[in-house]
Amino acid sequence: MNTVVMESLEPLVAGLRSDGFTVVGPTVRDGAIRFAELSHSAQLPAGRGDDQQPGHYRLTERGDELMFGFAASPDSAKRYTQPPRQALFRMRGAEVEETRSQAPRIALLGVRACDLAAIAVQDRVFLGGRHPDPAYRERREALFLIAVNCAVPGGTCFCVSMGTGPKATAGFDLALTELSAPHRFLVETGSERGAEVVAPLPHRPATGDDVTAAEEVSRVAATRMGRQVDTDNIQERLAEARDSPRWTEVASRCLACTNCTMVCPTCFCTTVEDATDFGGGQAERTEVWDSCFTLDFSEVAGSPVRGSGSARYRQWLTHKFSTWFDQFGVSGCVGCGRCITWCPTGIDVTEELGCIL
Amino acid sequence: MHPMTPAPYRVRSRRPDRADTVTLTLGPLEGPCPPFLPGQFTMIYAPGVGEIPISISGRARTGGYLQTIRAVGAVSGALCRTRPGDVVGVRGPYGTAWDLPAAAGLDVVVAAGGLGLAALRPVIRELVAHGSRYGRISVIVGTHTPATLLYPAELARWREAGGIDVQVSVDHPDRAWKGPVGLVTRLIDQIVFDPRRTFAFVCGPEAMMRATAARLVRRGVPARRVALSVERNMKCGVGRCGHCQLGPLLTCLDGPVLSYERAAGLLAAAEL
Repeated sequence: MNTVVMESLEPLVAGLRSDGFTVVGPTVRDGAIRFAELSHSAQLPAGRGDDQQPGHYRLTERGDELMFGFAASPDSAKRYTQPPRQALFRMRGAEVEETRSQAPRIALLGVRACDLAAIAVQDRVFLGGRHPDPAYRERREALFLIAVNCAVPGGTCFCVSMGTGPKATAGFDLALTELSAPHRFLVETGSERGAEVVAPLPHRPATGDDVTAAEEVSRVAATRMGRQVDTDNIQERLAEARDSPRWTEVASRCLACTNCTMVCPTCFCTTVEDATDFGGGQAERTEVWDSCFTLDFSEVAGSPVRGSGSARYRQWLTHKFSTWFDQFGVSGCVGCGRCITWCPTGIDVTEELGCIL
Repeated sequence: MHPMTPAPYRVRSRRPDRADTVTLTLGPLEGPCPPFLPGQFTMIYAPGVGEIPISISGRARTGGYLQTIRAVGAVSGALCRTRPGDVVGVRGPYGTAWDLPAAAGLDVVVAAGGLGLAALRPVIRELVAHGSRYGRISVIVGTHTPATLLYPAELARWREAGGIDVQVSVDHPDRAWKGPVGLVTRLIDQIVFDPRRTFAFVCGPEAMMRATAARLVRRGVPARRVALSVERNMKCGVGRCGHCQLGPLLTCLDGPVLSYERAAGLLAAAEL
C-alpha cells in the first residue's frame, strides 16, 4: 500500500470534482455533523467536536485545527448506498419500465472504519445472495470512498468490541489519518482508482515519523471507546435469551420511534409505496426505508405477529447481534453507537446486552 | 433486471371458487412461465394497489400458473376483481418446495386447512398421478362450512379415482352435511398410516398447522418428516425487505415450506 502525505485536502476536493465526482463530506448543519456536498475543503467542520452520550448529541468547540475531530454523525454511507427512497418501476397497461436513475458518481469523504464495515455488511445483503440488486451494484461501483481514521471516538462508540475499527483496514479507495503539528494528512491508497486520483495532486512521500504519528492516532483512539460489548458466543447466547425479563423492561422505555433503525448504517429493511396517476392508467412503485419497530412491519392477515414493544425490541436487537449471523454470516452491528446517541430515551444496546446476556 | 421488477402477466381465465375466492390462470405476455416446484409462490402485483405472495396451485393446460386468491385485503381484493385480459405483474417463483422425493416409498398424509389446500394441490396431483411411488395416501381437509370448501369437484374426483383416502371435516355443518364435524386434527385418528414410515404435508392457518403437526408427532411421525408452509409478511420474496423474518429465518428464502423439526420451536415462541 502506497502512503503519502498531503498538507491540504483542497487539491483532493478540487481534483475529485474535476474528475466528475460530487464530493460529499461532513459539514455543520442543524446543530450536528451532516453529510453535504463540498465544493471546498474549507466547508469541513474544522475545530468542531461532538459530545455523544445515550440520548445526547451536542457539537463542541475543540479550539484546534482538526477537521475530523468528531465521531459518527447521524448520517452514514447508507444514505448513498441505499437511498431512503428508490424508484423501482412504472407500469402502464402491459408495459413495465424500470425507473431508477443513473447512479451518481459520489466521492464520500470522511467515512469511518465502522461505516466501511457497514458497507461490507450491506454488500452481503444486497449482492451476496440469490437475488443480487443491480441498482445497489451500480451505486457501489460509482462510489469513491475516502476513509478517515478516527482520532476522537465518541462516548457511544464500541467499534473495538465489534472488531471494525477504529482504523480502516479495507474497503476504501483512500484512507486519511489527520495529524497535527504541523497539520497534515497521511494518505493510504486502497485501490488503483485511489492511486490514480492521488498521483496528480501535490503530495510528498510519507516519512517514518508520519507513519508512526498516524499509528499513534489509531492506537490512542482504540483506548478511548465510550462503550464495550462482550461478543464471545454472542450469536448463541442471545438466541438463548428469548425469554429474558429484560425485553419487557427495556420495552417500557422504548417509544418504538424507529430512530435507531433510521440511523443504523446496516439496517436495510424496506417497504414499498404504490402511486397511480389521476386516470389510474399508470402505476409507480417506490421502495422506502422501513423499521421493524412499526406495527405493520410484521402484519399477517390483518394483525401484527409482533404486537408488543418487547417483541419488537427483541426482534431488532436479536437480529443485529445474533440472527444476522444466520442470515448473512456476519454481525449486523458494527459498533458505531448511533442507535445509542439518537435514542430519545437513551436506551443503550451495550447496557441492554450486558443485562440480557 | 432488478429483483423487484415484475414481468407483465395476463389473466387468461378466472374461475370463482367460493363467495370470496377465485382461481386465476396467469400467463406471461412473452415466453413461457418459468418452471415451479410444488409449494413455491409468486409475488403478484395489482398495478397501483400492491403486491402479495400467492402459492402456485398448478399449471394450466395452456401453460399458465393457477393461483387461488381469497379477497381479504386491498391487494387480494383487487386481484380477485381482475377479468380475463387484464394485466398484472408477477415475480418468481420463489421459496422452498414440498419435498415429494423424500416421501417416496412412505405413507403420505396431506392435511389442509381452509385455503391451505391451494398450496397443497400440486402435491395431491403428484400423488394421484404417481400413486405407486408412495404407500397409503390420505388427504384430510378442514373447512369452516360446506360452502367454504375449496375445490369440491376436484376432491370428489380424487376420491373417485381410488387409491387415495380423501376426508373432509367442517367446523359448522349445514343440514345437508353428512360428513365429519370438528377440527381437521380429529381426522388424523380416522385415517390409516404407519407413523414411523409416514411423510406429512400440512398447510393451513398457523394454529391448525401446529396442532396437526403436534398430533402427528405424538402418533410417532418423525418431526423431520412433517412439512409445514409458514406464513409471514413477505413483502419482497427475495430476502431484501426483512419483513418475513421468523427468528433466524427469512421465510421467503428459507421457507415457506419448513420441516416441523426446524419450525416447531420458532412457532412455539410467542411473537417471534
